[in-house]
Amino acid sequence: MQILINLADGIRGWIIGMGLSDTSAEMILTAIGALGAVIFILLHVIILLLAERRVSAAFQLRRGPNRLGPLGIGQVFADVVKTLAKEDIIPAGADKFVFKIASTTLFATALLAYAVIPFGDGMIIQNLNIGIFYFIAIGSTATLSILMGGFASNNKYALIGGMRAVAQMISYEVPMVFSLLGVVMLTGSLKMSDIVMAQKDMWFIVPQFIAFFVYYIAATAEINRAPFDLAEGEQELIAGYFIEYSGIRWALFMMAEYANMVAVSAIAVTLFLGGWNAPFGLTFIPGFVWFLIKIYLMLFTFLWVRWTFPRLRIDHLMHFGWKFLIPVSLANIVVTGIGIYVYRMITG
Amino acid sequence: MLKTQELALNMGPVHPSTHGVYRCVLTLDGEYIQKAVNHIGYLHRGLEKLAESRTYNQFIPYTDRLDYCSGLANELAYVMAVEKLLGIEEEIPERAQYLRVICAELQRLASHGICVGSFALDIAGSTGFFYSFRERDRVLELITRIGGNRLTPNYMRMGGVAWDLDEDFFKELKQLMDEFPAYLDEYDGLLTGNEILQTRSIGVAPVSKEMALSYGFTGPNLRACGVDSDLRRDEPYGIYDRFKFDVPVCKNGDTFDRFCMRIREMRESVKIIQQALKDIPEGPVMAKVPKVIKPPVGEVFHRIENAKGHLGFHLVSDGSTKPYRTRIYSPTFVMLGAFPEMAKGTHIMDAVLILASIDIVLGEVDR
Repeated sequence: MQILINLADGIRGWIIGMGLSDTSAEMILTAIGALGAVIFILLHVIILLLAERRVSAAFQLRRGPNRLGPLGIGQVFADVVKTLAKEDIIPAGADKFVFKIASTTLFATALLAYAVIPFGDGMIIQNLNIGIFYFIAIGSTATLSILMGGFASNNKYALIGGMRAVAQMISYEVPMVFSLLGVVMLTGSLKMSDIVMAQKDMWFIVPQFIAFFVYYIAATAEINRAPFDLAEGEQELIAGYFIEYSGIRWALFMMAEYANMVAVSAIAVTLFLGGWNAPFGLTFIPGFVWFLIKIYLMLFTFLWVRWTFPRLRIDHLMHFGWKFLIPVSLANIVVTGIGIYVYRMITG
Repeated sequence: MLKTQELALNMGPVHPSTHGVYRCVLTLDGEYIQKAVNHIGYLHRGLEKLAESRTYNQFIPYTDRLDYCSGLANELAYVMAVEKLLGIEEEIPERAQYLRVICAELQRLASHGICVGSFALDIAGSTGFFYSFRERDRVLELITRIGGNRLTPNYMRMGGVAWDLDEDFFKELKQLMDEFPAYLDEYDGLLTGNEILQTRSIGVAPVSKEMALSYGFTGPNLRACGVDSDLRRDEPYGIYDRFKFDVPVCKNGDTFDRFCMRIREMRESVKIIQQALKDIPEGPVMAKVPKVIKPPVGEVFHRIENAKGHLGFHLVSDGSTKPYRTRIYSPTFVMLGAFPEMAKGTHIMDAVLILASIDIVLGEVDR
């Protein structure tokens, strides 16, 4: 999709033509890129809000929202207006400062992860040398926001939810990182654009299917989606760590959850499903569109899994993470290493 | 050393997973329950006191609202108790008896449908909830044709049933019964065979035979512990001795067994209804009963095998048109008393499941 590259070049030329230096041009372009990422997130959040309800309704022999507008599209506006118009309640006895910043910081960490996602050829906000490492590091900071939300609410349900979330998210970061290591070994670099370029001939899901499987499960646990949504277990904890949030603060939690979902899908697509490479050489569809199609497929599987499976109990979840996923992902790394060594020996 | 403290958590009367307005105060050590205390009575409507100022016929709609998931079965228990008091059990026409059996088994299907569905909902596989309610909706439509109301049909009368049912009803009933076993296989595939559900419910809160009998468990919860007891077979009421059906019994008495019992019993109910549809004769549906029911002085206790357990009515009559005392023996009230012991030591997520597997209905617990 050369149009966005040409647009960026055009803006850069215009800024330099105005007499500003190169670095300020880069800074302005990065800011515009960040704004673009925010718009991308917001767009997908509202699409996902509606899509989740209609897709779950299709699984459950219902219809989902269909009163407002064709296919229920007006439901999005109704939800947004309703959320913005609600009273902002801060519970008595809650730690006011921590309570207020918890939802904002969660959304901020979700947003930060978008800095290294390659939307297309050359379309990455910052092509860091440590691309995937940066993403993993940012993913860890979400834990703190959830703990803040749970602890500051002065509510026992929220406290239990927050504690569960910390245990779960910390435990599942380890298999997530290990599963990504296999891809990094095959590529030889942490840079996102290198990883995508290395998949020109064969997507990494083929040699690393076990790692993809582990990554999918660990990612579902990282973003607190079912079947790992114990921190917000509606049946026991009635919304867990965000039970006391209302209005725009609650909306920020929801937006952060969906933004995380899209970010994690984007990483899965970049590392395992070929990024913006076209499958079967169908290059007449631009890379950006392929990237979106693959993300939507991953999002659909997240929704599918959520509405099919029951929820795991916290101790089963910890056992599964520590006693099954970590050994499997470690074994994957060992096998990948041996495979690379043997390949190099064979091809000389 | 870190100082730890026990947390007192209130699963309040308003909670998405207590089946109705029921309050439980849990004392937690981390997330494991040390003590659970039941608080009931939020739905107490004084039905037994109201019965003292209603005639026998006027009380039938009140019994609908006891276990509101199976209205016709409650009516059946009450009506049979009054008939026992009047001494007219032998005069009830054949067609009415068959219709009563069909109604009772249809209600069993509806009630177990709720248990299966809310179990799925509490374990967060909410798709299973919608699947089982799809079938329950078809059963409720049939009940609407019977009595005009989905949950409170008010159909049974002393001496028979209120009116006859037409050909269309039987045709639809037959069609639903032919399709039902396939739906039950669907539940088995989606819920019973699901590994997450099995991991979460096998071995959770096992109830031994001795504990079940000492607490007074009845119905599917008792059969799940391994005690082979079913009133329809052991002390048949009505014409239940003419039907051939199995009584499923499980071994362990844990949450998974209690859940599986419901699906297995639904299969048996389908068989009973199919047999009843084959054999139902023509004839009147109401015996010759006096307009004003004045039973002789005496008392009677009659119980039936409801979907939840033994539902019993103890009536004391003083010779007038209104009963002197109506006492309702509700099975879930008794079984809820065992919940604190069952929940002790389990995880808070398991407590929700245990409550769902006992299958309480607050209308019956509180009366």
